[in-house]
Amino acid sequence: MKFGVVVFPGSNCDHDCYDVVADVLKQPVEFIWHKETKLKEFDCIIIPGGFSYGDYLRCGAIARFSPIMEEAIKYANNGGLVIGICNGFQVLLEAGLLPGAMMRNTSLHFICKYVKLKVENTDTPFSSQYKKGQVVRIPIAHNEGNYYIDEKGLAQLKKNNQIIFRYVTNPNGAVDDIAGIVNTNRNVLGMMPHPERSSELILGSQDGVGIFKSVLDWLATR
Amino acid sequence: MVKQEVYQALGLTDAEYQKIEQIMGREPSSTELAMFSVEWSEHCGYPRSRKYLGLFPKEGKYEALIGEDSGGFVYDGLAIVFKMESHNHPSQVEPKQGAATGVGGIIRDIFTAGARPIASLDSLRFGPLSEPYNRFLLKGVVDGIAFYGNCLGVPTVGGEIYFDESYSGNCLVNAMSIGICKKEELARARAGGVGNPIMYVGSSTGKDGIGGCSVLASHEFGEGEEKRPTVQIGDPFTEKCLIEATLEALQTGYCVGIKDMGAAGLTCSSAEMAHAGGVGMEIDLSKVPLREEGMEAYEIMMSESQERMLVCVQKGKEEEIGKIFEKWDLHGVVIGYVTENNKLKVNYEGKVVAEIDTEALAKAPLYEMPAEKPNNLDEINKLDLNSIAEPKDYNEILLKLLASPTIASKEWVYSQYDHMVQTNTVVLPGSDASVLRIKGKKWGLAATSDCNSRYCFLNPYRGAQIAVAEAARNLVCSGADPTAVTDCLNFGNPEKPDRFWYFKNCVQGIADACREFNIAVISGNVSLYNESPKGPINPTPTIGMVGILPDLNKHCTQYFKNKGDVIILLGETKNELGGSEYLKVIHNKVAGDCPELDLTREKAVQKVVYAAIQQGLLSSAHDCSEGGLAVALAECCISNKNINLGASLSLVVSCQLLVRKDSLLFGETQSRVIVSCDKSKAAEIEKLAKENGVPCEQIGVVGGRELGIDGLVDLSLCKLEDAWRRAIEKMLV
Repeated sequence: MKFGVVVFPGSNCDHDCYDVVADVLKQPVEFIWHKETKLKEFDCIIIPGGFSYGDYLRCGAIARFSPIMEEAIKYANNGGLVIGICNGFQVLLEAGLLPGAMMRNTSLHFICKYVKLKVENTDTPFSSQYKKGQVVRIPIAHNEGNYYIDEKGLAQLKKNNQIIFRYVTNPNGAVDDIAGIVNTNRNVLGMMPHPERSSELILGSQDGVGIFKSVLDWLATR
Repeated sequence: MVKQEVYQALGLTDAEYQKIEQIMGREPSSTELAMFSVEWSEHCGYPRSRKYLGLFPKEGKYEALIGEDSGGFVYDGLAIVFKMESHNHPSQVEPKQGAATGVGGIIRDIFTAGARPIASLDSLRFGPLSEPYNRFLLKGVVDGIAFYGNCLGVPTVGGEIYFDESYSGNCLVNAMSIGICKKEELARARAGGVGNPIMYVGSSTGKDGIGGCSVLASHEFGEGEEKRPTVQIGDPFTEKCLIEATLEALQTGYCVGIKDMGAAGLTCSSAEMAHAGGVGMEIDLSKVPLREEGMEAYEIMMSESQERMLVCVQKGKEEEIGKIFEKWDLHGVVIGYVTENNKLKVNYEGKVVAEIDTEALAKAPLYEMPAEKPNNLDEINKLDLNSIAEPKDYNEILLKLLASPTIASKEWVYSQYDHMVQTNTVVLPGSDASVLRIKGKKWGLAATSDCNSRYCFLNPYRGAQIAVAEAARNLVCSGADPTAVTDCLNFGNPEKPDRFWYFKNCVQGIADACREFNIAVISGNVSLYNESPKGPINPTPTIGMVGILPDLNKHCTQYFKNKGDVIILLGETKNELGGSEYLKVIHNKVAGDCPELDLTREKAVQKVVYAAIQQGLLSSAHDCSEGGLAVALAECCISNKNINLGASLSLVVSCQLLVRKDSLLFGETQSRVIVSCDKSKAAEIEKLAKENGVPCEQIGVVGGRELGIDGLVDLSLCKLEDAWRRAIEKMLV
């Protein structure tokens, strides 16, 4: 199963995602430079965390116009698996691949810490390894993780079972404690917590690796 | 004739100006004068401190690497490069940008050595939080470190924060960074090869930070001065791109040398690269990318605009290197070339604006400063313990100490820093030292920074030794063997003999302690003139230390882990209260001598702890420092968010009967470590201690929801945590 990790100027979790795929999942993986206009064959694309273009404008707002994003949008619309983590989630929101928007944390501070998440839906390519209702420990590290969606949109998310992870204790003010969602086709995942930081025992938690293993499982059964 | 006020405004003395005229054999141009002023400033040329820095050991038990701008050691074929640097005055003037550019500068020193930055630590010092400006400074500095460090993707994994009146008017921001590369890939900060092109890479040059190092950093703060224009503005996004582009460029093997344009910008980088390589350089300022029009030559030479480097490239490879920087949307232009005449020649708009011998420029004058012990110190050192009333309620005292911001949890600070990016942080902030893995290796690194400046104020020589000993002890408690030291020497105005006396004695203390531990001082920074109309700062020789864990899986943390574990105290407790946090917070006294330190005993204690961790005997190990045994024990109970475990203890045993109760609980006797272990392993630890002549006593058992000590302290974990965990946050609202 071949993974691609998109690199924008300012991405800083690109190597972390790459290392999890290569060292923990033992799968082939390549970086994808943001200026590339042609996407190679990939089974799953990861848009990593960081500060694309410094996040000097709204987070993800500039990255969304990078040449590679046009290809990524096409890839997603054709059913390809896309995972956006933290800044990657913000890019997916800006690109319109996922609904909603991000605001600053209610504390107005960057927050880096382990949080507990409740797994809400296991019937997706990204969450089959978990049990519904399971509580997992995965760290967050963001300044703008306060997810917002209007009431109508929230009703849609709920109706379609698009909410995958909820915070057990809301750290940032996100609507309905939302930490991660999928699109209606369930091939695009966006989440603020960093599963790549909690995929090895030596780092204190392996709870995040389930997301990547779910992807492998899903790809294998197709 | 150059007017006196011109060179004085640049920070030069009459004698220095005359010397410059003599060297030049003519009247210097304004650009030349500006260049001398920055290169001869204390910040760049160390004219007052240089002589004493030679006292530091340059070799130790690990192979030391000492480069132009940073240093490190070698382990397993890898170079671990690290350095600490101050950004005090800029942070006092504009805390967010001052701290941010401090982080940016130190990280550039690491990756210009060819090493990828893997972690940062920050050692911060402020005046009391009761003053609004100090709260503003703390918030601004933390915001600046988060703003810059988080964006870069270099985890901020540790550091320390102290509060003391002496820092009101002059806060300290000491930033440390650690990087890693293959030993053979280390880059040097020198030019070489006559005819090789000199490239300017990174961001463009503006008028920010002109005179930052000579005017701002090398003078004390006066009354009502406006110094904001001398502070630089940071752009972490550009720095992130610069890290990637620089490391990519160095990988080509086409770079002869590279240097950051930090303090004194283009002046320092060009002159020092040429001097280090024993060559000359000719540069044309017309080719420097500028961010504003109409800049004068001296402004371009002195600008401290951030995120810029100078690279000496092999002839013919300039286009290839330029393309790498272009890929990252950065400037990469040739501005000059290497010459053979040892002169730095600077042209601008078709005219020669400076031509100086690099030796003269790089070798700042050397001043022998008079040193004199402060005449009131003997008086301050006197402390009659009988005059200190023993408290009635020890619970209340412990809670007060836990809430003292120097001791309280720093979670409010480190939770704002990304301390996990790069997925190597094995022990997160909040234990004695941070532990990092190196991907693909069985071994790991631990890092810490330490200095109790109150000790240094009371006794500079021993205080500085304690800073080294404590840093080593923190590493050992994490399972690491100390390897090498970087230091950041923060002192007051060296032209005042009592301040300089502190400087001399602290340097000697560090040098002697490092020799005793057999570790080298591989890099460092001197920051003098740290004083304001309110007075000088406490002498603060901050020690940054890195250790090796031969087996990462055997790392250790400070918190209790298992109910029923036995608690053992290694080391002995003396009747010492001088310089303690207890004396300051509870009795409002800074008096007495700092705690005693026997380096032989210290080494023995560390040897026992290290061996016990390597043999897998320990569940936890925690160094006793500010607040003494009681605070250390409370921290063992409550500092892990996931497992809080109480303990019941009896300290009043054997020889310790002679010690006053407040001294027993809150005294800061050195060379003590609290360990916990499974009951079955206690005998082995006792044996190890005995073999090494280290006093060792079982003092209690882990368990329950309270901390109980001899009937003196009896507090629920909730109460302890409530006092400690959010104390700083509460003071900031």
